[in-house]
Amino acid sequence: MMARPARALLVGLAVVGAGIVVAALRVNQYVYFAGYVVLQYVVIATAWNILGGYAGYVNFGTPAFFALGAYTAVFLIQSTRAPLPVLILAGGLVSALLGLGIGYLTLRLRGVFFSIATLALSIVLQTMIINWEYVGGSRGLSVIRPSGPPFGSYVTFLFTVMVLLSVVAVTVARFIERSWIGRGLAALRDNEEAAECMGVPTLRLKLFATTVSGFLLGVAGAPFPYYVTFVEPNSAFNLDYAVNALAMPMIGGTTSWVGPVIGAVLLGTAQQLATVTISSEMNLFIVGVVLVAFVVLAPEGILGLVRRLRGR
Amino acid sequence: MVAGLLLGGFYAAVSLGVSLIFGLLDIANIAQPAFVILGSYAAYVMNSSFGLDPILTGLLFTPVFYFLGAVVYRLYYGSFERRGDESLRGLVFFFGVLFIIEVSLSLKYGVDYRLVDAAYIGKSIDLGGVGIAFRLLVPCLVGLAMTLALHLFLSRTFYGRAVMAVSQDRLALRLMGADPVQIKTIAFGVGIAAASLAGALLITIAPVVPSTDRDYIGRMFAITVLGGMGSVAGTLVAAVILGVAESLMATFFGPSWSLAVSFGILLVVLAVRPAGLFGR
Repeated sequence: MMARPARALLVGLAVVGAGIVVAALRVNQYVYFAGYVVLQYVVIATAWNILGGYAGYVNFGTPAFFALGAYTAVFLIQSTRAPLPVLILAGGLVSALLGLGIGYLTLRLRGVFFSIATLALSIVLQTMIINWEYVGGSRGLSVIRPSGPPFGSYVTFLFTVMVLLSVVAVTVARFIERSWIGRGLAALRDNEEAAECMGVPTLRLKLFATTVSGFLLGVAGAPFPYYVTFVEPNSAFNLDYAVNALAMPMIGGTTSWVGPVIGAVLLGTAQQLATVTISSEMNLFIVGVVLVAFVVLAPEGILGLVRRLRGR
Repeated sequence: MVAGLLLGGFYAAVSLGVSLIFGLLDIANIAQPAFVILGSYAAYVMNSSFGLDPILTGLLFTPVFYFLGAVVYRLYYGSFERRGDESLRGLVFFFGVLFIIEVSLSLKYGVDYRLVDAAYIGKSIDLGGVGIAFRLLVPCLVGLAMTLALHLFLSRTFYGRAVMAVSQDRLALRLMGADPVQIKTIAFGVGIAAASLAGALLITIAPVVPSTDRDYIGRMFAITVLGGMGSVAGTLVAAVILGVAESLMATFFGPSWSLAVSFGILLVVLAVRPAGLFGR
């Protein structure tokens, strides 16, 4: 039994190592710039899937958690100029608290109502940020990157940080999926009443899922101010995050940790290419079409397609 | 206050479609606001190229929207409802539809504000010292007419009653020899057709961009839930409450807070009394 976690740890370290090597290569800066976005989506999609895929609660409020992480970071930069690891941890914790809050919402709201409530949450939070001048209000705020990153340029440094974060996110998701927690979540996804009757602690599991999911979404958002160097509500609360967080796991497959990673890498890369070659609106159009096509034609995602092909 | 009341009549018009589709048919059509915006753009195009009255356009386009709605429902039914996993994936499906409509519009018409021109826009009448702008009054009246029409449709016509029956007991309806899928197609079509008219009203009140739909997601669902899921009278009452609350909020705290009202109401209602004011 010891061999498996050890191997997973080794794979994780290898990926981080590869990330550092890539960062050290100093190819065109744009590669890191785009790579950061793709990796950020790996974290977001994985985090969304812990709640949406494993537990079956569709969260439309991804932008709320992401932006909360980002704005926590902005607040700390403004007030104390805290270092990046502190920002990431704090962003994650604040978003985790919000996650805990929506976890209690699941007591009364199931299915569609939960999803609409999360969407509402996102808009309410955005309105509050717009009216909060200290973090830039509606006009936004310029953030100055700290001088002298530990290595390379600041973008390559952030890229490496994101590699690390996505490995952490995927590891957490994988751990949850393989443990009794994942089985409990799957049970409540299929039938909450039945799961409760069988002695599955549904409330505790849901709270756990929403909190962890919130934490990881906040973590994904925390480095965002340093990445864009200009934070304003419309970009931080962008609905694109909600659509992508949904689309990526749906395309990859929601029942396994591999699914969101596949979806995020494929869709994220495609979007980056489309943004450069066509236009950013066209890339959103593609996301929408691909999302609808997948839910209609291949509800199990790419993983499901692969499984079906193997089965034959 | 008066503006809020008038706004309420208009909000009722916008929410009727959701009330019908989500409240009665139990289909989480969160793409409804996108259909409303589509209606706005139809009104804009007809107005700017032929000088057609926006509300007339909205009326003329209802068959087109009805057909569109029927097609979307058939697709939804074939892909999700028949397989029995409608709630989760259906929700994602409609979210995708919302996104496709919004992005298509911004690809075609850009993200500039679009508005329409009609004889009554810009004029106002004076009622006992309170000036009432026609651009608010007309949508309110049309909204009230739509509410009445839907109420009559549901309570007096055969198909309307069948829709009520579908929402109560699908199996019983099937046993009575009616086809629930056909009834639901009709109801969904009517809901989307209402969006055509609502969109025309929307662009009469204020200029529209493709992303305006996002502001209305919260309003529509807040009104539908507050009104008690599919109750026509409840929708109207809830719409007026929201309209007044929003305009009071805008007066006292500034317009940037008014959007939070609908979502705030929605969150509170969902958390405290999910059945709404007129819940069954």
